Amino acid sequence: MAKSLLVISRQAPWSGLSARESLDIVLAGGAFDLPIGLLFMDDGVFQLAQSQAPSALQQKDLTANLKALEMFGVEDIYACGKSLAERGMFPGNLNLDIRHLPQEQDISELIDRYDHVITL
Amino acid sequence: MKFAIAVFSAAHAPSSRRALLFAQAVLAGGHEIVRLFFYQDGVHSASGNIVAPQDEQDIAAQWQDFIGAHQLDGVVCIAAALRRGVLNEEEAQRYQKPAANLSNSWELSGLGQLHDAAQSADRLICFGGQ
Repeated sequence: MAKSLLVISRQAPWSGLSARESLDIVLAGGAFDLPIGLLFMDDGVFQLAQSQAPSALQQKDLTANLKALEMFGVEDIYACGKSLAERGMFPGNLNLDIRHLPQEQDISELIDRYDHVITL
Repeated sequence: MKFAIAVFSAAHAPSSRRALLFAQAVLAGGHEIVRLFFYQDGVHSASGNIVAPQDEQDIAAQWQDFIGAHQLDGVVCIAAALRRGVLNEEEAQRYQKPAANLSNSWELSGLGQLHDAAQSADRLICFGGQ
């Protein structure tokens, strides 16, 4: 059986390449049809904000890449409830429909369910 | 045990040195390294143009020696490398850049190699993530 991988994305979309490059790992895993999960945590949840204006920073919009997750068959997408709340963000007001919102105490259990973990 | 090792930080970062020491310990302990995968700023470790001051460790050179000596599979993510100016001869020509700087021992390839390594390894150990 294929080994599962959880990618924990912890960087805001405007703080360098980490958001994009962690998403690329997930999309590549999806392309190979591997069991892959993506957890947005800490500043990583800013990737889920609606109405982003990356062009103001002469940056490309990551939102389209996020939308590609579904196309690549990546369904196990999580956002840390506490990280959202701390940043004044709400599950109903994100650019992705995220059904799994583990609280802080559930994160270790989530990590435990995967064979491998990459945190970027 | 089979290890896949991913390095996300540049050669001058402490985590790259730790990764190298870990990799050496893996082999010394009789284990196997299925692949070393360099991503994000880790791709800089594959540059042959790093000049370390004489009284400092040249971790990039040590990586190259280590990989070469043990005939390991040292893979640099091509997309991350192109972005950061780490090119082999073929890519330098393709993008009409003045020089290739990828050291011997390394190979440019895609993220599929990271997933492939994770699939065949018992453990994926990452260095230099956030």
